[in-house]
Amino acid sequence: MRHWTLLRHLGATALAAAVLLGVTSVLDPFRDYQLATAAAYLCAAAGLTVLTGLNGQLSLGHGALMAVGAYTVALVQNGFGAHDVGTQWTVPVSLAAGVGAAAASGAVIGVAAARLRGPYLAGLTLVVAVAVPAVTTVFGGVFHGDQGLSVYLPPTPAALGEDFPVERWQAWLALCAALLTLLLLANLIRSRFGRTLRAVRDDEVAARLAGIPVARTQVLAFVVSAACAGLGGGMFAVLAQSVSPGAFALTLSLNLLLAVVVGGLGSLAGAVWGSLLLVLLPYLTDTLTSSLALSPALTQRLAGNLPLAVFGLLLVIVMIAAPGGIQGLLNRAGRWARGRRHNRPVRRVDPSAHDAESPPPVATHT
Amino acid sequence: MDRIARIGAAVLGAVLLASATACGGSGKPTTASVPGVTATEIVVGTHQPLTGPAAAGYSKISAATKAYFDYVNANGGVFGRKITYKIMDDGYNPANTQQVVRQLVLQDKVFAILNGLGTPTHTGVLDFLNTNKVPDLFVASGSLSWNQPTKYPYTFGYNPNYTIEGKIIADYVKANFAGQKVCVFGQHDDFGADGLKGVQQVLGAGGVAHSETYDVTNTNVAPAIGALKQAGCQVTVSFSVPGFTALAVGTAARTGFRTQWVVSNVGADYTTLSGLLKAAGTPLLEGLLSTSYLPAVDDTANPWIAEFRKLNDQYNNSAPFDGNVEYGFSVGYLFVQALKAAGKDLTRQGIVQAVEKGGFTGPGLAPFRYSKTDHSGYRGLQMGKVQGGKQLLFGPVYTTDDAGGPVEQSSTAQPVPPENGIPA
Repeated sequence: MRHWTLLRHLGATALAAAVLLGVTSVLDPFRDYQLATAAAYLCAAAGLTVLTGLNGQLSLGHGALMAVGAYTVALVQNGFGAHDVGTQWTVPVSLAAGVGAAAASGAVIGVAAARLRGPYLAGLTLVVAVAVPAVTTVFGGVFHGDQGLSVYLPPTPAALGEDFPVERWQAWLALCAALLTLLLLANLIRSRFGRTLRAVRDDEVAARLAGIPVARTQVLAFVVSAACAGLGGGMFAVLAQSVSPGAFALTLSLNLLLAVVVGGLGSLAGAVWGSLLLVLLPYLTDTLTSSLALSPALTQRLAGNLPLAVFGLLLVIVMIAAPGGIQGLLNRAGRWARGRRHNRPVRRVDPSAHDAESPPPVATHT
Repeated sequence: MDRIARIGAAVLGAVLLASATACGGSGKPTTASVPGVTATEIVVGTHQPLTGPAAAGYSKISAATKAYFDYVNANGGVFGRKITYKIMDDGYNPANTQQVVRQLVLQDKVFAILNGLGTPTHTGVLDFLNTNKVPDLFVASGSLSWNQPTKYPYTFGYNPNYTIEGKIIADYVKANFAGQKVCVFGQHDDFGADGLKGVQQVLGAGGVAHSETYDVTNTNVAPAIGALKQAGCQVTVSFSVPGFTALAVGTAARTGFRTQWVVSNVGADYTTLSGLLKAAGTPLLEGLLSTSYLPAVDDTANPWIAEFRKLNDQYNNSAPFDGNVEYGFSVGYLFVQALKAAGKDLTRQGIVQAVEKGGFTGPGLAPFRYSKTDHSGYRGLQMGKVQGGKQLLFGPVYTTDDAGGPVEQSSTAQPVPPENGIPA
């Protein structure tokens, strides 16, 4: 059975990769860049949804963990650049370093987090989110303060041709990272470790009675989640060819949490929706305001604020109308459609569909 | 099976959504081979701090440049092409600059980025713009980074670089405040660092008694000002944006720190500073020393100022005419000059070659440095002082290089503006 899961996941990943390969080649460079950004968000959001949705630990500090990944990638890449190492394998190597650094930071935070519950955990991670970007200005000699670092990157492989858009290459890199993250997490969720994650979330005492080391599970969950955030942050550095603390402000951490909750907490598919929203929503509101021919003063007031307002509103609506998020809504719609087709009561069609799945986790789990 | 099907569905749905929006965005047929250029239009973009820590003063620049383009467009444009100026707000946050510049280049397909503002913000997009071969003209900053013709062949600066400015300020301080303790207060990035470098080149590494920095994301400058007071600084050279010049001057006054402020041209506009300091502005700013490479806004006898004031009334809703408005107009003038020099068959390569050929004139007090091997902006500056609520320039115009060269007096006379205010 386990082998089947792995095979299925591998097959699905390969299929998604093939489809995405086709999509990136029809999109224009700007869409490719947006897709790449969404993929980078997805790495972090998928990790966060495992931590918060499946293990019940709330993190407001994932933006900071992304910063750790991003700055590590920047420093390692610039190290390569200083020694004139310009081959393509430098990027995966520095991304791996970024993942490692973020995982190590995650382990430290995780040890503290495993002792804390509810608002105290939120408070701790909030401190991390605020403190880490400030480190860059305190140690300005290394991190260059608010200006940040530019990231040395090898040029697009020559084999792809002269006119190959850089953004498509970036989209490929980011999508590779995102698919790899999804594949590994999907397997992890279905494994014994995934079950202990859920057991700890649902009832710590019961889990302990069943012989599950609760604290260790929580720390490990934090490490896994931080590693994903590090990969996402590292991809940010690669995409923007620069890192600066402004990119990893508190709003990023909050946005990630919003994304996984609106998408559907605890489900990887939900993380996909959430990441997409993070890219599309600001873009769509921006297009809307610029097409409305508003007064310059009003446009200036709306710029940057409207996406936040829409996101907040969306969160309220989703929490009231569909606590399972977008993915929960889609699941319901799917079951309803299947129920209609078989002309049988909805719930009887596939009892495992709902029960085997974790109950839609809501914000109270934190 | 269910979960994987769902992830698959989500990815697929995402893809469809992305493609759907893609159709909406890229539907416009582009016949021109040069991005942003058609027979009737030239689309140019910029990133500006319309909001955020540097918005004070700077947010007026792009409006003035746009007003100048409106005037040129009303007079037939350049070779029959009207200039469309797309202004994007980045809030002086380098991460936002990344986003908006990509949007301008990849989505809006602008011909060039003009006068992108800020050292920390623009530094992050140098690689992107040059890999995409987008002319990156007349950056609104004096960082040394803009002058790297081999590494960044498409980038050109506008302001005299901060090292030149630091040298000229230090030269003046050395001659007029001999024996006094000189300190430097600078922005915590290349802006402050390049400026400090210039001051140290003239005064020697030990000539700067103490140096402090501020971060644009932290408005508490009290610790830095306190440290300067502690060090007993008699002359403080400030490489700061207007908002932080005002904070520094205000904080110093509140803590009883008496020093002679000498402020970089980018953060010394009198109208902006007195607007920020409100009632305290007039007494606090009296005697403040600064530099400038454009004529003083209060010098109404200057023909350039008269011309720009006239256009400001006609095309910029009579915005209060300060150094930022003047700056915006002079950038517009230079860009139109560059477009004309590039000729009727406008290409990205063509305008880069035209700027490298140089020979541009304008309201500047010193000449430009543009050549094949030099992508810096203005060559020199004049000292200015606030006296009786007016910021006027005095003494000779100084020029120098950013290496060890001496500070010399410039002899170039300011040219007379063309009759209609549009470069021939």
